[in-house]
Amino acid sequence: MTDKERFVPDEGLAPASTALPSAGPMEELTSPPRSQWRDVWDQFKTHKGAMIGAMLFILIVASVYLGPFFWDIDPTKIDIRARNQGPSWEHPFGTDQLGRDMLARMMAGGATSVSVGITAMLLALFLGSFIGVLAGFFKKLDGPLMRLTDLFLALPLLPLLLVMMLLFREPLAATFGLERGIFILIVAAIGITSWMPTARIVRGDVLAIKEREFVMAARSIGTNNSKIISRHILPNVLSPIMVSATLGIATAIITESALSFLGLGFPPDFPTWGRLLFDGVDYLQQYPERVFWPGLAISLTVLSVNYLGDGLRDALDPRIRGR
Amino acid sequence: MLTFTIRRLILAVPTLLFISLVIFLLLEMAPGDPMAQVPLTVPPEVKEKMREALGLGQPMHVRFWKWIVQFFWIEPQVLIDHMFGTTFSEGDLRVISWQTRSPVMDIVVQRIPQTLWVVGTAYVVAILIALPIGIYSAYRQYSWFDQMGTFVSMVGFSVPPFFSGVLVIVIFSVQLGWFPSIYDTTHVVDSWDSFVVQLKQMIMPVMVLALQITAQLSRFMRASMLDNLNQDYVRTARAKGLSEYTVVMVHVLRNSMIPVVTVIALGIPSIFGGAIITEQVFKVNGIGQLLIGAIEANDLPMVQTLTFIFAVLIVLFNLIADVLYGILDPRIRYD
Repeated sequence: MTDKERFVPDEGLAPASTALPSAGPMEELTSPPRSQWRDVWDQFKTHKGAMIGAMLFILIVASVYLGPFFWDIDPTKIDIRARNQGPSWEHPFGTDQLGRDMLARMMAGGATSVSVGITAMLLALFLGSFIGVLAGFFKKLDGPLMRLTDLFLALPLLPLLLVMMLLFREPLAATFGLERGIFILIVAAIGITSWMPTARIVRGDVLAIKEREFVMAARSIGTNNSKIISRHILPNVLSPIMVSATLGIATAIITESALSFLGLGFPPDFPTWGRLLFDGVDYLQQYPERVFWPGLAISLTVLSVNYLGDGLRDALDPRIRGR
Repeated sequence: MLTFTIRRLILAVPTLLFISLVIFLLLEMAPGDPMAQVPLTVPPEVKEKMREALGLGQPMHVRFWKWIVQFFWIEPQVLIDHMFGTTFSEGDLRVISWQTRSPVMDIVVQRIPQTLWVVGTAYVVAILIALPIGIYSAYRQYSWFDQMGTFVSMVGFSVPPFFSGVLVIVIFSVQLGWFPSIYDTTHVVDSWDSFVVQLKQMIMPVMVLALQITAQLSRFMRASMLDNLNQDYVRTARAKGLSEYTVVMVHVLRNSMIPVVTVIALGIPSIFGGAIITEQVFKVNGIGQLLIGAIEANDLPMVQTLTFIFAVLIVLFNLIADVLYGILDPRIRYD
C-alpha cells in the first residue's frame, strides 16, 4: 500500500552521488555518464542471495531445456525388465515402476513445468499491466476496473482452478490435442487468476507518473495517449513489472504442480514435476527418492526465483541503489 | 466506524452475488451428466423425470434463483431449527448432493470440525512461533538470527505443502515411525492415552501448515517492527529512561501489531484453500478433501456450495480486517 507512494520512478538519471561532483579529483566529472541498467546491475551484484538464485535458476532452466540433447533417453520409453532400479551409471536417478529413466523424465517434466510457469507469468503480466495502465491512466476506467480487480481477489482461487480444470479439460483436449489442450488450459487458468497484484501495483505507479512534468511536456507537444503510454509511462513502470514477473513464475510453477499433484493437471503419461511427485507418492515406502527429486526440483526453482525477485526489487529501487 | 461497517456489509452483498453467479455459470458449462451412472435399461422418459427431480431441465435463471433461495433463505432456517428446535424449514427443498442424495450442508457440517481442528491449531501454532521470531529478527537486524530467519522463511515460502508434507511422512512415519502418516478422523479422545494418539496424528499436518504461515507472518512482523523501531517516539521512550524491555515489548510492539493483526485476519480464508492440499496429503477428512472428492465425482451442488463457502470466508475476513484496522489505528478514518 505504502510502497506505491514511496516509489519514485527513475528516469534514467544517474543517482545524485555520481552526478553531483564532490570534493574528488576533476577526472570524475569527465567520466562518461552511467546508464540506469549499469547501476541496477551493480546493486544487484551486491545481493549475494540474488546472485546465487539467478545462477541456480539459469542452471535449472538450461539443464531442463538443453539436458535432453546430452541425455537422449526417451522419457516415455518403457523397459519393463529394468523397472524400479536404484541409481546407477546407466540411470543416475534410477527407473520408475515401468522402467522409464527418471533423469530423462525429470528433464522432460522440468521443461513442461518451467514452460508453464513462464508462459502463465507472461499472460498474467500482460493482463495485469494492461488493466493497471488503463485503470491508472484513464480516470473513467479506474473505478470499474479496480472493482473488477477486487472481485477477482475475492474469488477462491484454488477451488476455482480445480473446477476450471474439471470443466474445460475435455473440450480443449478435443480441439488442440491432449497435451497442447491441457497446456493451454493450465496456462490460461493460472494467468486469469493471478494478474490482480500486478494490476494494483502498476495502477498505483501510473497514477503517480502521469502527473509528472515529462508527461505534461509530452502532452503539450501533441503526443497522443497511446504514444504517451508506450513511450513515457510503460518504461517507467518497468521495474515493478519485472519484480512481479519473477515472483509470478514462482507462483505459477507451484500452482501447476499443485494441480498435477491433485491429479487434475497433465495426463499421467506426460511428466511434469508435480505429476512425478504425485506418481512417486504411491511408492513412498519403497522408493522415497522418487518423491524427493521432483519435490527438490520444484522447491529449488521456486526458492531461486524468489531470491532473484528479492534482489531485483532491491536493485530496481532507486532509494536503496547507490548507497 | 459503525456506518463504515454497515456500508461495507451492504457492499459485500453484490460482491457475493457476483461471485455466486460466476461459480454458477462456470458449473453450468460442466460437461458431466449426473444420469451417466443410471443403467441403460431405464427408459428415457423416466430418465427425464429423474433429471427434473434433481432440479435440472429448467431455464438457467430459474435454477440460479432457486439456488440462491435455497442457500440464503432455507439453509439459515435449517440452522435456526437445529439450534432452537423450531420448524421453519419443514417441507422446504434443500441443496441436495448428487453423490449421497443428502443435503449438502449436513455433510459440510460433519466435515468442518476436522478442518477447523487441524487448520485452527496450525494457525495458532504459527502465530505463536512467528511473532517472537519477527520481533527478535527486527530487534537484532542483520544478526545471524535474522539471516537464519530470512532463509527459513524463504524456504517456507518456496517449499510447497505437497512436498514438505510428503517429506515429513517419509522422515517421521516411514523412517522413524514416530507418527502415523494418515490422520484418523474417527479417533475419539476420552483418556490421556487417546489424547496422546490424537496429538501424535496432528503434529505433522499442523507443522506443515504452520511452516508456511510462519514464513509469511514472521517476515511481516519483522518489517512492521523495523518501521516502528526508528520512529521518534521510540527515542523519546528511551530518553525517558524506560527499560529496553518496556520500549520494545510495550511501545514498539503495540504499534507494530496493528498491520500484523489485519494480515492475520486476511490470511484465515487462504489457509482453508491451502489446507486442500495438506488434507489430501495426510488424508484428513475435512472440507478440502470433500471438495476434491466432489470434483472427481462430478457432484455439482457440492462443488458449488463449497466454492461459495470459500468465497464467503474471503469476503467476510476482508471486512473483518478492514474494521479491525480502523478500530486498532485511530488515525485511520474511513468516513
